Amino acid sequence: MTIALRLQNLSKSFAVGKRLLGAPKGVVRAVNPVTLDVKKGETLGIVGESGCGKSTFARLLVGLLEPTTGSIEINGQPLDNADPAAFGKKIQYVFQDPVSSLNPRKTIRQIMEAPLKHLHHMDKTARAKRISEIFATVSLREEFLDRYPHEFSGGQAQRIGIARALAAEAEILILDEPVSALDVSVQAQVLNLLAALKEKLGLTYLFISHDLAVVEAVSDRIAVLYFGSVVEIGNAEDVFRAPRHPYTKLLADSAPVVGRPLTAPEGKETELPDPLNPPTGCAFRARCPHAIKTCATETPQLTGDETQRAACFNPLF
Amino acid sequence: MRAFFKLLFRNRLAAAGAVVMALVVLLALVTPLLPLMDPDITNTADRFMRPFSEGHLFGTDHLGRDLLSRLMWGTRLSLAVGFAAAIIAAIIGSAIGIIAGYFAGRTDNIIMRFVDMLMAFPYILLALAIVAALGPGLMNALIAVAAVNIPFFARNIRGITVGIAHQEFVDAAKLAGLGHTKIILSEVLPNVVPVIVIAMSTTIGWMILETAGLSFLGLGSQPPQADLGSMLGEARSALITSPHTSIVPGFMILVIVMAINLLGDGVRDALDPRLKSGALSRPTATTQIASDRVAAASANDNAILSINNLQTQFHIKDRIYKAVGGVDLDVKPGECLGIIGESGSGKSVTALSVMGLVASPPGIITGGSVIYEGEDLIGAPYEKLRSYRGNRIAYIFQDPLATLHPLYKVGDQLAEAIRCHHHVSKTAARAKAVDLLKSVRIPNPEDRAESYPHELSGGMRQRIGIAMALANDPDIIIADEPTTALDVTVQAQILALLNDLRREHGLAIIFITHDFGVVAQLCDRVAVMYAGRIVETGETDTILADPAHPYTKRLIACVPELGGGRRQLAAIPGLPPVVDKLPDGCAFAERCEKCRTECTVGDIPLRISGSRAVRCLYPETELARETA
Repeated sequence: MTIALRLQNLSKSFAVGKRLLGAPKGVVRAVNPVTLDVKKGETLGIVGESGCGKSTFARLLVGLLEPTTGSIEINGQPLDNADPAAFGKKIQYVFQDPVSSLNPRKTIRQIMEAPLKHLHHMDKTARAKRISEIFATVSLREEFLDRYPHEFSGGQAQRIGIARALAAEAEILILDEPVSALDVSVQAQVLNLLAALKEKLGLTYLFISHDLAVVEAVSDRIAVLYFGSVVEIGNAEDVFRAPRHPYTKLLADSAPVVGRPLTAPEGKETELPDPLNPPTGCAFRARCPHAIKTCATETPQLTGDETQRAACFNPLF
Repeated sequence: MRAFFKLLFRNRLAAAGAVVMALVVLLALVTPLLPLMDPDITNTADRFMRPFSEGHLFGTDHLGRDLLSRLMWGTRLSLAVGFAAAIIAAIIGSAIGIIAGYFAGRTDNIIMRFVDMLMAFPYILLALAIVAALGPGLMNALIAVAAVNIPFFARNIRGITVGIAHQEFVDAAKLAGLGHTKIILSEVLPNVVPVIVIAMSTTIGWMILETAGLSFLGLGSQPPQADLGSMLGEARSALITSPHTSIVPGFMILVIVMAINLLGDGVRDALDPRLKSGALSRPTATTQIASDRVAAASANDNAILSINNLQTQFHIKDRIYKAVGGVDLDVKPGECLGIIGESGSGKSVTALSVMGLVASPPGIITGGSVIYEGEDLIGAPYEKLRSYRGNRIAYIFQDPLATLHPLYKVGDQLAEAIRCHHHVSKTAARAKAVDLLKSVRIPNPEDRAESYPHELSGGMRQRIGIAMALANDPDIIIADEPTTALDVTVQAQILALLNDLRREHGLAIIFITHDFGVVAQLCDRVAVMYAGRIVETGETDTILADPAHPYTKRLIACVPELGGGRRQLAAIPGLPPVVDKLPDGCAFAERCEKCRTECTVGDIPLRISGSRAVRCLYPETELARETA
């Protein structure tokens, strides 16, 4: 099985309280070093709550942010400079808010032409041909091309966003909450379209979402992010059914499920740790019912067999 | 463009300004063609001739030059200099602003500190310094005026650019391989141009005044060349003896600057997107009610609140959006009623209509009634509604950060909510506020009362929102997607809290959501809304297990459930209808597999059978026929 995307020790820190001269006041580690392989044709789901670093992670992967440490390898070729244009042909991004990711003052045709013109240097006729191909693939009507973004509903705009990402002919798509702004009945349309495209074009997806059920429904493997670190990664069918990390279990228990009585799954402190003053050891220990002594002193690393690994000193099994 | 002019000319003052300005510009343009005397020929014998003398309509100045001719040529020059200065200042200032805003960080810091330094000088002093350095002359005055106004544009445009540079479409352009220059020119600039035009239209008047000021001081146009400022300056010594020499150019300056400012304000109002969205139109204190409203009678006696055939519409221009098209709901004490629907289904408007909180204009309640304690709240006087709002019927909104005042401590805001409806002392209200914080399980309530909203996490803020809703022990809480903005772990806690509070206080809750999981866990009954109407209602368990309306059934199928594994999700093809063009018959017919011809004609009634009701001719399960 070929590896489409390999991350080694990829991390990102932000300086906080920058001053004109001199060192910044503090450093926030938004993403702690991540080492990860994504196989070709695989969908890796990434879940986490707000503030867990999933958007920063996504922006690192497409070169919109420069990593503090580590490297990104796509199909065996390293990409370590943060140049979105260099990344663009290999890895593309589908944005969360379909409407604000389209420039309100450009027609859909102008938006679709940009990657063809600047990444592939196609001439006018080649561009027109390619655009109609892509539009046929994502089932959009060509008459949409001369309209402006505000004329579209969320679902249609997201299709256009996907079409734009496909135009770059990248093999890897980063889907950053692609359906969270959409209604459920439309959400399923977009998810099914993504699944069909993947099948047809042999794409590799990184699917980022806060919706556990959606992630579970579309992913082969799932990585759970907490406070900038991957705390658990494993096969999609196992991660929430039989979590090893207590945080994954908390997430799974919190999701509203039809037929499950309403109980607050957590009595302890629920606040995230202060990013400017991170705790020692495991970031989850203050909320964790299974915390042991080691949790406060050492930072847990991902351990376990290939199918399911968790960063926990006292895993659930 | 057409819409812009239409909007502009609706503003009468702006239209007047535009007409005057057009006249002045036209006159300035045709001045060389008019049979005027040479403005610079002196004739000291005819000095200080009064207006309306022979051959000199406006009289002559201290050198006997024709004032009319000088005025026309002077206006031409002043306008040219003013416009040129405005364009130069706009181009340079906007370029600086866009670069600073787009690149941010250190570039921004250095550029903007320099701009701040320029702004720290009084503008006239700075202009004088520039002219002093370059020497007097109209060209140098132009440069000075332009330079003085650059910081204004730079700051304005930078602010707008910072907002645009963080938009997702700029990231998308980067990923499409565009370089910085291309992004600035093709992505950022088109979105900034309206602001540049607005800034120009409001400053050009100032620039003409400033140029006139420099000329007045003898630093602008040099004799014998006339501009409005130098004409005033030369006339100064004869102000008392021959006032017309000052009044003529002075009046022209007044006319030009007034006209430009009126026009500029009009342009700003017409272009500003915030004004277009109606942000400045002040909504009335309660939703307007159509005079021909038919108040429906309450059907259910043991309900604490009953909504009967409620119809709320939005009238925007010549379109009528039927957001709520006849909704019947009732909620009993201690009951939790869920309203579920997709965006645009009218669930929030239904909830806001109860207390007359739909913004008017454009909202208007055209029919139905809301009966609370035997009284119809629709059409109740404002004072009555106000005494009920937050007191008997309270709301919890989706985004607590937007509903809490950012500048007041949460404890004070809670105390205010209590003192609004009850005459209690400040300390008593304060104590009650802390109790409330305790009751919504906020740790360290005494300390937390001293916090500002931004210091709290999303979950904590929503707890404050709930505490505020509970402040006056209401009978009914209407919660509009209170957990949608929250993380799942926090959502679970908030739902559990609401459930506990409902049991403790015997509250009736109307819970609006789009999430079946939430409804299933919290609500006793649920009403499913589609395109402004209820399509199905009944006990939550029955509806979830055995939905009768095809829409409900398919919507439930769309929702992925945790534990289902990897799978193809069911989807509903098509989109909900837009509520200003509702089809005849069933609104869902177009997307329904079971649609027959009967479904697309006439009005399909809500058929009631015991505790369930469904608006469908061919329901998924035949409801038991009941003869009640």
